[in-house]
Amino acid sequence: MTSEKHNAAQTLEKAGPSKKTRFPYYPGCTLKTTAQNLEASALASAEVLGIELVELPRWNCCGVVSSLADDDLIHHVAPVRNLIRAQEMRAAGVVDGETRLVTLCSMCFNTLKRSNARVKESADDLKTINEFMYLEDDYDGGVDVVHFLEVLRDVGHERISEAVKAPLAGLKVAPYYGCTLLRPKEIGIDDPEAPTIQDDLLRALGAEPVDNPYKKVCCGSYQIVQNRDAVADLAYDILRHARIAGAEAMTTCCPLCAFNLDRSQREIGEKHPDHEPMPVLYITQLMALAFGLPPECMRFDLNYTNPKALLLSTSLAGEEA
Amino acid sequence: MADKLVISTENEAFLARITELSGETITVCDQCGTCSGSCPMIAEMDVTPSQMIRMVQLGQREVLDSKTMWLCASCFACTVRCPRGLDVAKVAEALRQVTLRKAIDRINIRAIPADELAELPQIALVGALRKLTG
Repeated sequence: MTSEKHNAAQTLEKAGPSKKTRFPYYPGCTLKTTAQNLEASALASAEVLGIELVELPRWNCCGVVSSLADDDLIHHVAPVRNLIRAQEMRAAGVVDGETRLVTLCSMCFNTLKRSNARVKESADDLKTINEFMYLEDDYDGGVDVVHFLEVLRDVGHERISEAVKAPLAGLKVAPYYGCTLLRPKEIGIDDPEAPTIQDDLLRALGAEPVDNPYKKVCCGSYQIVQNRDAVADLAYDILRHARIAGAEAMTTCCPLCAFNLDRSQREIGEKHPDHEPMPVLYITQLMALAFGLPPECMRFDLNYTNPKALLLSTSLAGEEA
Repeated sequence: MADKLVISTENEAFLARITELSGETITVCDQCGTCSGSCPMIAEMDVTPSQMIRMVQLGQREVLDSKTMWLCASCFACTVRCPRGLDVAKVAEALRQVTLRKAIDRINIRAIPADELAELPQIALVGALRKLTG
């Protein structure tokens, strides 16, 4: 841990309550590989706000996409097993009775929350799954799956503003919400048609959120595997409309949106010579930057479209970035 | 004279099967087209989402030969906007399941070049394998 990071945390501790809030935390597979920049920036920023995200021991893949067939229970087993891990963490007294399980990846969030909703609604389904996993403790339905953005909303954007050391002044950012944070309605964390949760956070960090109608249009998701061209076309539209609205960068919380929108700019550039590359960042990277955290907390080296030129042009990059 | 549309017992059985798999009352759709207007993948489709629903209502198994449900990215734009409350994404999943449960895969992961495979995030691969293989 660097001294700079210590300082930010200490500043906040002097200003507010010094007790850390500990949450059980589910990372998911991709946060350990292509989205290490999401995890590093979120964990470090959380710490500045007095929040410790405690990684679940023995977590497993959630399955990424929720099973939609009515008779298909087997694909809810993996998500529910993770909920049991959160239940165990609470029982062990690690997280002060915290019932919320925090996720960072939007897809994991959606899948875990949907499975949780299904077994909470259906006692029969819960019983079947519990009996199937007879080596585990029974899941009691007592975990609530939340996304980190919801935790930040609870902390309050005023308190987040207070922790900002290097405001993102002048940076015009298009928040991209995609699908799994918003839909379906009963799972989403915001209004599915007019979300503002990222806009509000960007404002708290001193950036200028730029609205555009493509912020909730799907980027193509897993279709990237079989249909790269179609995904590049979607990404082109999404990026172009953000640019037209005046954005210089885009933020997301989903490692698949980040890949589709960022990596596809290679194909987009070949197909559309007018395309002006746009950095696609995790919103937590901008938060870590605004909190004055060191470069290893942002990991901009993992972003395909290098944001350093943009951040330097707005004097935000910091001396090492 | 106009052609007469005959609904056979086979047609009825197909609608019943998709209704069972999706858990949705597919007959509530009144063909307003909002799902098609909301679908991000419609440019690639041979049958629009609303046509797909109509074909299921009529029990037309030929819908299984369309590309539509395989291009669905499960983004739920149709689901949140349907004025009749029909979860169109669940119907697409049910149509995929009819094929996938015969162990017929839609994609062959081995056909993807190694360099592309290496850079894809796990969530892309696992998501595609879950939706497009049996």
